[in-house]
Amino acid sequence: MKKTIITVVGKDTVGIIAKVCTYLSENNINILDISQTIVSGYFNMMMIVDTNNMTKPFGDMCDELEVLGNEIGVSIKSQKEEIFDKMHRI
Amino acid sequence: MINLKEVTETNKMIAEENLDVRTITMGISLLDCIDSDLNKVKENIYKKIYEATKDLVATGDEIAKEYGIPIVNKRISVTPISLIGGAACKSIEDFASIAETLDKVAKEVGVNFIGGYSALVSKGMTCADELLIKSIPLALSKTERVCSSVNVGSTKTGINMDAVKLMGEMIKETAEYTKENDSLGCAKLVVFCNAPDDNPFMAGAFHGVTEADKIINVGVSGPGVVKTALEKVRGENFEILCETIKKTAFKVTRVGQLVAKEASARLGVPFGIVDLSLAPTPAIGDSVADILCEIGLEHAGAPGTTAALALLNDQVKKGGVMASSYVGGLSGAFIPVSEDQGMIDAVNAGALTLEKLEAMTCVCSVGLDMIAIPGDTKATTISGIIADEMAIGMVNQKTTAVRLIPVIGKGVGEVVEFGGLLGYAPIMPVNGFSCDDFVNRGGRIPAPIHSFKN
Repeated sequence: MKKTIITVVGKDTVGIIAKVCTYLSENNINILDISQTIVSGYFNMMMIVDTNNMTKPFGDMCDELEVLGNEIGVSIKSQKEEIFDKMHRI
Repeated sequence: MINLKEVTETNKMIAEENLDVRTITMGISLLDCIDSDLNKVKENIYKKIYEATKDLVATGDEIAKEYGIPIVNKRISVTPISLIGGAACKSIEDFASIAETLDKVAKEVGVNFIGGYSALVSKGMTCADELLIKSIPLALSKTERVCSSVNVGSTKTGINMDAVKLMGEMIKETAEYTKENDSLGCAKLVVFCNAPDDNPFMAGAFHGVTEADKIINVGVSGPGVVKTALEKVRGENFEILCETIKKTAFKVTRVGQLVAKEASARLGVPFGIVDLSLAPTPAIGDSVADILCEIGLEHAGAPGTTAALALLNDQVKKGGVMASSYVGGLSGAFIPVSEDQGMIDAVNAGALTLEKLEAMTCVCSVGLDMIAIPGDTKATTISGIIADEMAIGMVNQKTTAVRLIPVIGKGVGEVVEFGGLLGYAPIMPVNGFSCDDFVNRGGRIPAPIHSFKN
């Protein structure tokens, strides 16, 4: 299974997780893991998701999540897991 | 499973420390484009390159998006044109017209540079080699994206001093031909000793005759990442310093390996090598000189610089080699002056001279790179500088190169602006004593002996 890492960084506000999760469920993207912290008012979240059953191209999801992020005032980045895996695991 | 800390570390490298994949370069053999009819050659070249690379830029952009890592340049390298045009070209204009074809196809497929307007003359020049070399000034003045290189020496053959003399003249002539643009043509012209066949970095990239029909080579970068890692070990001993560089180089190179494998799979072209280089850009924080300062020098060029660069270069290789299945190209630390803000600052502070740069090239990955010199420097003096640099490469069995820009109409202390990745540079003084009689002797310097190492 190819996994994707979604990172959300920005000023904390109500409903960040809700909005991201709604988008993911609408696009048939399954969440496998969520870790999240708040450091001095800044929201920092990482989601590991499974995009195998997603209907649209990967690039479209990246763009749409970025737009969604801009609406909530946070930065949302979607990257395939391998870049982290390759860098941090031998 | 990957954790938040690791994800944050990687993304911080990309967002704040200028980690990027510097280039995906597709090497293409043009040997099957040879014909005795010039128009046919050009048509063959255009078709072959276009077909091979029409998806290169889009694929690069797609990979960049999916992994969230910038892939700054997509480029093409081709078989040295002196070999391809030899049968058809009877004049320098004929050769230059092939350069225009290369330029046209580069623009068509959207790559920013195409390398391989080259000749390999380390022992002798054929008529075609000589014609191509003499056409370089015209070719570089008529094109935007074509890069040219000439290999004039090697450890096995010695140095072709006739070619060295000629290249001094051609660099000067290229400067004249492109003087309206601050002699920009010279920024796309490199003279090599021991040139590698699989170098993905411009301006010296060409597709060697020992290579397959098509190949994907990737160049990684990341001076900013190394510098940031070293900030955390200030004052620690050399063991810790070296370990830190090695680990960082490993991480940077792994990204290059990933991108290279992906690009190779998506384009259906075999993966060649990763060039694990620290390649600076004029962006603040993307500087090799800054790493040298972080190691403990006030400015690049201070006593200790050569030692610091030697350890940096070596650790980058040691960390990178394990991260990639195939390493090649020029792998190591680049020290171009105009493309590195720290180097520019060092020159302006009076800490860095041409002579010190020459010493540094004994232990770095390439050579005297992107150095602006006064426009009235004699051709023989340029040839003398080339000969010195080639000798360093020949004797030390390493690749060395010279990319000097004699800026017509400007002198020491003035600044020349090349723009974009090529940056800007203060014009550096050159030793004015003559080497005319040395350069004018003609012939070859024999290959060196490799015993009695002293």
